[in-house]
Amino acid sequence: MTAVLATLAGPMEQFEILDIIHLDLAGVNISFTNASLWMLISVVAVSVFMFAATNRAQMVPGKMQSAGESLYQFIADMLRDACGSEGMRFFPYIFTLFMFIFSCNLLGLWPTIPGLPYALHTFTPTSHIIVTFALAMVTITILLVYGFYKNGIGFLKLFVPSGVPWWLLWLIPLIEIVSFISRPISLAIRLFANMLAGHMILKIFAGFITALLAAGPMVGWLAIFPFLGNVALFLLELLVAFLQAYVFAILSSVYLNDALHPSH
Amino acid sequence: MTPILMIMAFAPGEAAESSGGLPQMDVSTYPSQLFWLALTFGILYWLMDRVFLPKLGGIIEERRNRIADDYDKAAEFKREAGEAEEAYRKALADARAKAASIAAETRASLDEEIAGMQADMDETLNQQIAAAEARIAQMQTAAEAKVREAAIETTKAVVQVLIDEQPDDAAVKNAIEAAQAS
Repeated sequence: MTAVLATLAGPMEQFEILDIIHLDLAGVNISFTNASLWMLISVVAVSVFMFAATNRAQMVPGKMQSAGESLYQFIADMLRDACGSEGMRFFPYIFTLFMFIFSCNLLGLWPTIPGLPYALHTFTPTSHIIVTFALAMVTITILLVYGFYKNGIGFLKLFVPSGVPWWLLWLIPLIEIVSFISRPISLAIRLFANMLAGHMILKIFAGFITALLAAGPMVGWLAIFPFLGNVALFLLELLVAFLQAYVFAILSSVYLNDALHPSH
Repeated sequence: MTPILMIMAFAPGEAAESSGGLPQMDVSTYPSQLFWLALTFGILYWLMDRVFLPKLGGIIEERRNRIADDYDKAAEFKREAGEAEEAYRKALADARAKAASIAAETRASLDEEIAGMQADMDETLNQQIAAAEARIAQMQTAAEAKVREAAIETTKAVVQVLIDEQPDDAAVKNAIEAAQAS
């Protein structure tokens, strides 16, 4: 049995970055990898969807336009709830963020077509912490830059909540700063860990199936259980793909609200 | 080795050291990932900001305005319909009032005419009745006179037969009047 398992891909192999086209820019490796490919696929998919939704936009919308408008309203309402109508200046960013993460998460669940070379296996860019952290840092950078641009030095009031007694003035800002710094980290880790764990468990259950089938007719029928488990997990992962994109977008909106209204 | 144990072997703690560890911790892939993330996300952002969202937002806005306009128009039409109905009601009420006044006037004039005719008729009848009564009285007087005359003649004739004497008119008349009075 150990011999059989050794030939199977480990649960972490699906996260490996593999070069497709090797590229170098001033000594820095910026190769076009499987991660790049799936980011590109996601962006193309979203663009095609958005093109279909906005091409021949009509007063009475068609199916695609209705879907696009529903998403538009959904994200716009979410952002307005979090930031008020001023927050709509961040709408293109939040919408792009949501669509990008959602399509990366969703397309990453696409089953790999058997027989493709490793580098073309389905890949989830959002299962890499550097990607989620970079996206989180974009939000935080917008928050800081816009916060200081709009409020000037008054933006620092963000770290000094009103109504703090004077003898706590040394402690509260410290806590606020720590909580501020933990924002991008929690944003990044939440998405990354969800994607990582989901794909790992799917892979492990798939491993159970093959292992049980390979173990012979006596226990082979037991493979139905991990199979059913994987079906249920896959449905759950579809939900998670949406939910994590939504959570990332709504938390980004809530954080960006601080740039608009720093004193809380 | 079960798959569960295999996961344990890939715990992040060890991954940093071992070359086959968690692929997410392989720093050498970061520049490429960041570069392509920036590129693809940037392109998507540009497309959203410049092309897709303005179009989608535009049509939503346009529809909202159109609906608001239509509501306004509907309100305007409703107001006009209300005014028309009001005018119609007023015209109807006026017509009714006019009809009623015409009817009242006609009735009054008819009543007056009838009253006049009745009065004329009454007068004519009264005159005829009076004339008739006068004639009846005249005839009665004449008849009475004739009856008296006849009585006198009869009395004279009876007396002539009974006593063969011609009584004079005055005595007979007195006798009859005395008999009549008794």
